[in-house]
Order: sequence, then structure tokens, then C-alpha cells
Amino acid sequence: MSNIALIATLLVIMALAYHLGLTRSRAVAAEHDVRMHSRPGYYGALVALWCGLPALALFILWSLLAPQLIDMLVVQQLPPELVAGMNEREMATLLRRITALANERNVAGGGSPEELAAAAHMARLQTFQNTTLIALMAVVAVVGLVLARRRVSPQWRARNHVEKVISIALASCSAIAIFTTVGIVLSMLGEALKFFSFISPAEFFFGTTWNPRFSTSGTDAQGEFGLLPLLWGTMMVSIIALLVAIPVGLMTAIYMAEYAPPWLRSVAKPIIEVLAGIPTIVYGFFALIVIGPFLSSLGDVVGINIRTTSALTAGLVMGIMIIPFVSSLSDDIITQVPKSLRDGALGLGATKSETIRQVVLPAALPGIVGAFLLAASRAIGETMIVVLAAGNNPVLHGNPFEAVSTITVTIVNQLTGDMDFASPQSLVAFALGLTLFVITLGLNVIALVVVRKYRQQYE
Amino acid sequence: MNTSTEPKTSPMVSVGAGESRTSKATDTVKMSAQNVKVFYGASQAINGIDLDVYENEVLAFIGPSGCGKSTFLRCLNRMNDTIDICRVEGKITLDDKDIYAPDRDVVLLRAQVGIVFQKPNPFPKSIYENIAYGPRLHGLAKRKAELDDIVESSLRRAGLWDEVKDRLDQPGTGLSGGQQQRLCIARTVAVSPDVILMDEPCSALDPIATAKVEQLIDELSESYTIVMVTHNMQQAARVADRTAFFHMGDLVEVDSTDEIFTNPQDQRTHDYITGRFG
Amino acid sequence: MSITIEQRRQHRLTTIENSLARRHRQEKRFRFAGLAAVVIGLTLVTILFISILMRGVPAFWQSTLYPEIYFDPEVIQLDEKPERASGESQAAFDERYTQWLIQAGMVNWQSLIDRAMEEALGVEVEPRQLRDLRALVASDERFSLRDQFVENPSLLGQTVEVKMLAAADVDVWIKGNIDRSLPDSRQQLSAQTREWADRLYDENVIRNSFSTSLFLNTDSRSSPASAGLAGAFMGSLFMMLIVIVLSVPIGVASAIYLEEFAPKNRLTDLVEININNLAAVPSIVFGLLGASIFIGYLGLPLSAPLVGGLVLTLMTLPTIIIATRASLRSIPPSIRQAALGIGASRVQTVFHHVLPLALPGILTGSILGVAQALGETAPLLLIGMNAFVSNVPATPLDQSAALPVQIYLWQGNELRNFFEARTSAAIIVLLGLMLSLNALAIWLRKKFETRW
Repeated sequence: MSNIALIATLLVIMALAYHLGLTRSRAVAAEHDVRMHSRPGYYGALVALWCGLPALALFILWSLLAPQLIDMLVVQQLPPELVAGMNEREMATLLRRITALANERNVAGGGSPEELAAAAHMARLQTFQNTTLIALMAVVAVVGLVLARRRVSPQWRARNHVEKVISIALASCSAIAIFTTVGIVLSMLGEALKFFSFISPAEFFFGTTWNPRFSTSGTDAQGEFGLLPLLWGTMMVSIIALLVAIPVGLMTAIYMAEYAPPWLRSVAKPIIEVLAGIPTIVYGFFALIVIGPFLSSLGDVVGINIRTTSALTAGLVMGIMIIPFVSSLSDDIITQVPKSLRDGALGLGATKSETIRQVVLPAALPGIVGAFLLAASRAIGETMIVVLAAGNNPVLHGNPFEAVSTITVTIVNQLTGDMDFASPQSLVAFALGLTLFVITLGLNVIALVVVRKYRQQYE
Repeated sequence: MNTSTEPKTSPMVSVGAGESRTSKATDTVKMSAQNVKVFYGASQAINGIDLDVYENEVLAFIGPSGCGKSTFLRCLNRMNDTIDICRVEGKITLDDKDIYAPDRDVVLLRAQVGIVFQKPNPFPKSIYENIAYGPRLHGLAKRKAELDDIVESSLRRAGLWDEVKDRLDQPGTGLSGGQQQRLCIARTVAVSPDVILMDEPCSALDPIATAKVEQLIDELSESYTIVMVTHNMQQAARVADRTAFFHMGDLVEVDSTDEIFTNPQDQRTHDYITGRFG
Repeated sequence: MSITIEQRRQHRLTTIENSLARRHRQEKRFRFAGLAAVVIGLTLVTILFISILMRGVPAFWQSTLYPEIYFDPEVIQLDEKPERASGESQAAFDERYTQWLIQAGMVNWQSLIDRAMEEALGVEVEPRQLRDLRALVASDERFSLRDQFVENPSLLGQTVEVKMLAAADVDVWIKGNIDRSLPDSRQQLSAQTREWADRLYDENVIRNSFSTSLFLNTDSRSSPASAGLAGAFMGSLFMMLIVIVLSVPIGVASAIYLEEFAPKNRLTDLVEININNLAAVPSIVFGLLGASIFIGYLGLPLSAPLVGGLVLTLMTLPTIIIATRASLRSIPPSIRQAALGIGASRVQTVFHHVLPLALPGILTGSILGVAQALGETAPLLLIGMNAFVSNVPATPLDQSAALPVQIYLWQGNELRNFFEARTSAAIIVLLGLMLSLNALAIWLRKKFETRW
């Protein structure tokens, strides 16, 4: 019986258990003429849980352990001459072939007699374990059902138990979010440490040359992995982006919050939200196809050599992308400044712009700084726009009209292609990722702390 | 006019014994409202009010909640302009010039008619900066020394100088409630307006702070015309030369404070001050 | 005394009046700057949309040929199409059918196409001109012809008008996307092919038809004109389904727990900061996570929608949690207190009273989260989706592409002229999907907006 069919059957049994529990609770109530602690549905649910959860736990445990057990047994049975001298990869391939044969799939070149014999053995083992599993699960489910049903009584606080289970389920869901962060940090840390066994951290963090030669021969120099050109490229593009996004975004927010008539606000807000949702690859394509050539010809007119893919192109378009982000964050913050402060300034005879510049903005300053930091973090972590429009030039230079490489672009370059998780060329992607993560995390944390402190002022 | 032959009744609202205010009001009409109506969107809040404000007097607006006193007060320096759905009709003059005329500069108006709000709203700046903001804005001080003078004299007038003279660079928001309100009064005074509007200035303060502010109002009326909204009838009796009673958007009657509280002409006024409704 | 006061007063008023002009000018400039910012932003975005539309819309119509194909029995030397005999096992029938398909594949379909093209042009083509002739039709069309016959063997001996895609370079030529004045050495097609193409266009054998191939075909390297989004669609669809099925329940459950049940202490505070940070982590980091854990450690197949879906789920989770929490927070405590007051338990209060009211906000947040996930490219590139995939994935475990990744692959194609338009068309499709999702979310929010 396939796994899906098994689970489906279990669910059906659970439904049956629910029904039995429900009727039983009604019967008990009628028999003793008492009020049950909980509504019948809860008793039904509890019986179903007692029936299903142990069986499910058994299933999960079994599914994790059984294949490994079977593999072990099959390998034991293999003739020693066959396996002598095999390394790990060859063993894995052999097992895969045997597994395929056991499942009646074709393998390249047909199976050797030993493989076929082993496959037959494996097939028998698989059938055996499947049958055992079904039997065990059935037993566990039925036992659970019967025992639980017996316990249905007026004093049994079914609802409390069910709610406990629900709350544990909810809590485990939130745990997943935490595990994600832990997962990110651990996995990247692990691979990055492996990388640092090849290249020293000092060389990585302070190196000024990036030239990771993909060694085909395997023995010559691994190449140079200096972070600084990439870091500098990231900074250049981000700074250009922020120079575009911050003035435009902030002034847009101010205008929307203070000057715009209500109809304009209600039209513009959804538009800005939609803009924030345009995928970055669209911006990247736009940069490549429209902005790049435009800047290049502009440069020709003015007499500067601007490349079609350059830090300027990518930075400009990235700035456009971040404008809605800055604008909506700033708008939230500005509207949070209490009206009494504005009234105080206006009452003294200040014009609107004076009120905004001299009273509202200084009051909102921490929040706005937080918004800028978040925007910077966004710019630094952006990938697709730079992949398409910034060119590929991991060299330390100061010319925004030339191509650059950023950290994100390099990660993509290093990991596309052959994914050999043992070579420094692939592992460096994780070291880069870790650096990126730490930088953006730092910015985000500072921003959140700043904004929080600011909110406390007004609550 | 009351032609009753009964002896003059004692004041229906007791004024503190031994207190007698000497009014500093002149006969000049400083501000005048003629048939002023105010609308919030479609609903009408003020129904055609005529009122004169005399120079250097203290004029109190009293009346139950929601009767329009604050709304009318805010018309006097066009603070209602900041509310989109608010519309004002009629004529209000300052020194015989219509303040709602299209060529009238609101900024200038507000430099002449200042306002103190119910809840103290000092800027999140230093005490010095709070006071200096207005004069600096309008270019009233050319040099730092002049600005220092203005700050000191404003704080003295507000009776706050001795308390804060050693900590002028501390944030204004760090003061107590009563001090903050006096700071706001000092801030308004620093611009030397002709008229000071006060919207329930003491309602957020404790009794001691309230007493201080009331004393301040009395002193300020020597140089400024003061129009204040108050919820507290005793307060009106204590500080105001004239009192105007508002009810449901109408100006019911306005007269000297003594007359209003001893001899109200309108039944509604009578009911209000005897506590029939709040 | 009063004269001096009056003089002082006048002096003060004059000083203030003098400053007014400058201040009002400042005001005007400031206000103008604000308006200018709004206009700049809107203009830039309009330029973006217009340039993509201008490039992409033409690609929805593609040069298509309608030659008359004669299914010559001389060329198609095939057995009858096998039918399943009664009592025959499935495996045996599959064998026979496969054999027949292989036979069918060996038929020279190209010659049928060549013949039809000769007829359409009304010329006898010499062997050395064959290449030019074949350059007119998309090279994969011989397979479509075979498939057509396999579907319907009764076509044998008949002459039917068949729809065939013109080759990509022909499409570029006919649409004028390549400069006609360029010398022969700079042109992609030979002079002969170009002349024939123009002639066929004038005779209406080549027409601009709506390119269903864009939607129904999968990607193709050998025959660029046939490249389509079908594979990418399915890939994205699988991934979105996985995202919806996983991240919405888990996200909503987490938010409910954190907002309604968890005690308010340092730990939950930390969790909230953690989730806020996750929401701001660059998407490429999630790609790295996917590469190292899902592919490296768990050994899941490269480039599979399952892996992509899992990565996108982790990315969307914080967004949904935050949106759900905001939605729950917006419900006033009085509702909860009322429910608790009549004896409902915590769980009952949440599920019977609070959750139904929060549902619109949760729905909106989830739709927006999914829309965002739909457009993500970087993490997918890292889990192997940067490779060319030419088939529609049948299960989430098969290799596949996704819409944004397909856009990325196409924009890098050497046939710039042809693929610039096609990429723009694909972008229009992607944006269309996302805009509809966004519009749906906004409409839902407007419809269920309650003010407390």
C-alpha cells in the first residue's frame, strides 16, 4: 500500500473514531442523564486524536528508519567481492541501482545477476516492512480508539485536552519560524567555515583581488578570494540607489501626507503599493534594455564614456525600485507625529513648509533614519537588478560609469553551474552569503531599535 | 431688562471672597465677529454669531460640551483652516480688517493672534528653543543677544523664569504639566501678539498649576487681549471681565461676568449656571 | 508711553511683513519639490510600463506560415497505428506503440515541409538552396507535423493547410525589428531567404497570428520561435500551490499563537524581532539555505518545484505572520473580553470570535505574500533553476523552470532581437498575473474594511 493510501486510510479511521466518540458521549449523557463536561464534538475529536496521533507518530518514525535499515540489510547480503574496494559514491550508486531494480524500473545496461538478486531481496524486505507497518498502525489506531472511547465519561474534560493539543500545534508552527533562522545561520556558518579551511578569513575579508579560478586540473592555485572589490561594488550601487530613492521617496511622502488632497491620496496609495510589488527582474530587464542604452547615449552627448551595464545603470534603477518602499515607510512615520505639534507651530504663525521642516521632521527623525537604514539594507541585498544591469567586473575602482560586481551577483555566479560542495569556488558563495546576512541583519536590527525607541515617544 | 422689585439676588455662582478684579479693558473693539457660521462638511456647528472683543479685556466663553465654543475660538486665528472639512462663513475683523479676506496673510494673522491649547504641546526641543522658535521664525531678533532678551522676558512674563533659568537647554517635554502649559504661554507671548486665545488652558492641570495660570492671565491682560474658553464657571467668574454663554452653536448672551452670574437674561443661561445641565 | 508701545507694535508688524515674501516663496518651492517628486516617481514608472508594453505586445503576434501539406504516402511508409487488442497486457501494448512511434519519428517529415514550401513559393529549389528554404520554417515544426499525424493517421494522402511557426529570424525580419538596410554580412538570414519571406508575406502565406505557442509550448533552444512558457507556468503553479498549502496554515497558526496565546515575555519579544528580521533578509540568502540544506543535505532533486516551493515558503512565512498579527491586533480587545465574559475558553474566543473578524486582513496579506513569491528569481537560480528545461513538469519533483526564471533565461539569449520582444511579452504575462493578485487583495480589503 502506498504511503498516500496509508495516510488516507488512517484519516478515514480517524473520521470513524470521531463519529464513534461523538455518539458515545451522547449515549453516556443520555444513560446517566447528566451534563457532559464538553460538547459531543470535543469527545469525538479527542477519540480521533488518540486514534490517529500515535499511529501517525509511528508512521513518521518508521518512514525515517525503515529505508536505512533495509539498505543495511541488503548491503550485508551482498557478496563481499562486489563491494570490496568501493568508495562511498560507488556504494551509493550501487544502492540506487538496486533500489531502482527493486521498484521495477530500468537501469542502464540492465542489472548484473548480483544486483538482480539483491534487488529481489530488497523487494521482499520492502513488502515485509510495508505489511508490518500497516499491521502495526492498524493495531495502534484501533487500540487507541477503543481505549479512548472507553474513557468517555462526564468528568473527562475533553475540550481542555483538545485545546491543549491545538495550542501545542500552534506553538510548533511558530517554532518553525525560529528554526528557519537557526537553519539559515547554521547552514551558512557550516559551509562558510568549510570555506575558511581553504582560505584564511583575513585573506577573504581584506583581500583586494577577486579571481576565483575554476581549476579544472585540480592541483593549481585555487584563485584569489578577496571580498573588498565586491563589497565596494555593493556600496557603490547602493549609494547611488539611495541618492535617488531617499530624496524622491521622502518628498513624495511629505507631499502625500501634508499637501495632497484626499482624492489624490486615495488614488496614489494603491498605485504605490502596486509599484512596490513589481518583481525585481522586471526592473533588471528595464535597466538593461532601456536605461542602459539611454545613459550610454547620454554619456556620448556629454562626452563621458558610460557603459551600458554599469554601477550607475543598476544604481539608478534600484533607486527607482526603492522609492515606494521609502515613501510608504516615511509616510507612516510622518502621519504618526501628533497633530498637536503641528498645530503648535502653525498657531505661532509658521508656514506649512516651516512646520514640516522645523518641527515635524525633527520630531520624526529617528523613525525616518530607521526607514533609511531599512532601505539601505534592501539595496544591499538586491540581486536581479545588479545581475542584469551592473555588468560583471569584480575590480576595485571608483568609476560609477564602469561595470562592477556586487556580493549578490557573485553568489549567483559562483553557485550556478557545477554544484560541487567541496570546492572553495562553491563554498565561497556561503561565506559571501554569511557576510551579506550579517550586514543586512545589523542594519535591520539598528533600524528596528531606532524605530521602536521613536514609537515609545508617542505611546 | 429685569424689572423685578426683589432685592438684588446674591451671585448664583460664588466668586472668591475679597477678590475684585479691576478690568483693564478699553472701549476699542479689537476683534469683531459678524454673522459667523461654521460648517463641518454638511452639518452646521455655529449658527450666525455676532460678538465684539474689546482691547485688553479678558473674555470667557462658557457653555456645555459640544456647544461650539472651541470651534468659534479657533476661527479667530483661522486655526480651523487646518481642518479640511471645516468651512467658515461671515466676517471676522481684527482692527477693522476682515481676516478671511483673500489677500489677508494667515501667517501674519497668527503672529497677531496667538493661541494656547488645552493640552500643553511643547516642541520636542530645548526650553530655550521652544521660546526662541516664534521670534526666529518671524525675524524679530537680529542678534543672539536680542533673542536671549526675548526668551528671558517671555519666561518672566509666564512666571517660569526662576524655575527654568538654569536649565534652558533641557527638553521642554521634561517639565511638569503646569510648567509645560506656562511654557506654551511663554512661547505664544514671545511673538508679542495683540490677542491671545486660550482653549481650556487649565483643564489638564492640577489646582495649584491652575491657580498659577489664572494669575498669569490676570497679569497678561494688562498688555494683551485675552479670549478664553473654559469649562469651569468658577474660573470664568474669577478671571473674566465679560463672559459669553454658548449653547448648541448659538451665542445665547454676553455680558459682564457679574451680570451673567447674578442676573442672566436668558433661561438657558440661567439653567446652565445653576447646574441644570452640564 | 502708549505712543512708544504703538510704535513698537508697528515696527514689529513691519518686520514680520518684510519676512513674509521670502517665506512664502520658500513655501512654494517646498511644495513644488514635493509635487515634483511625485511626478518624477510616476513618470519613471510610466516609462517602465510603456517601454515593456511597446516591446512586448508585438510579440503576442508571431509570423506564422499556412502552407498546404500533402501527406504523401510515398514518404510516410508506416504501419497502421497500433490498437490495443483484447487480452493484451498494458506493457506489451506500450512496447508495440513505442516501436511504432520510433518508426514514425524516422519518417522524413522535413521533406513534406520542403515540398509544401516549394509549392507555396512556386519555385523548383536546387539542393544548394535547400538551406535557405528550410530557414523559413521553425526547425521544430517537423516534430509538430509528426505529432499531428500520430494523432490523426487518417491524414494519409490528404492535402491540408497546416499552421507552422516561421523561424525566429524570419519573424524578426518581417516585423522590421532588424534594420533592413544592414549589409548581408550583418544579416541573420541569407538574401534568398529574406526575399522569399517577403514574397510569402505579400501573398499572405505568412501571417501575423496570435502566438499561442508562447503559452502552450515549452522552452526550446533548437527552435527559438517555438519557445514558450508552458513549462514555466506549470513550475510556477506547482510552487505557488506548495507555498499556499504550507505557508498560509503555518503562518496563520504561528501568528495566532504568538498574538493570542504566548505569554508576553522576553522570549516572545525575541521571536518577534526574529520574525521581523527574517522578513527583511535578502531573498538570495534563502536561496543559499535551499541549496545547502534541501539539495545538499536532504538530497532533494535539483531544480524541482518542490525545492523551489519550500524555499519560497520559508521566505513568505514571515510576511504572512506579520500580516496576520497586524490583522489580529486591529481587532479591539472588547471583542475578546465579551467572549471570555460569557464563558468561552481562550481557544474558542480566538477561533469563533476573533479569527472570523480577522479573516479579510489575513486573506489580503496571504494573497500579497503569494504574489511576492511569484516574482522571486534569485533564490530559484541558486537551487539549480538556471538551466534550460524543455519539458512540462509532471510532478513537483521533476526538473522545471519558473516564470521569472524563464524571463531571466530568455533575456540572456543571443537572439537579442527576437528574445527582447518575447521576454517583454513574458514580463507582461507575469505582471498581469501579479497585478490581478494585487487588485484582488486590494478589492478584498476595501470590501471588508470595517472601522471599529
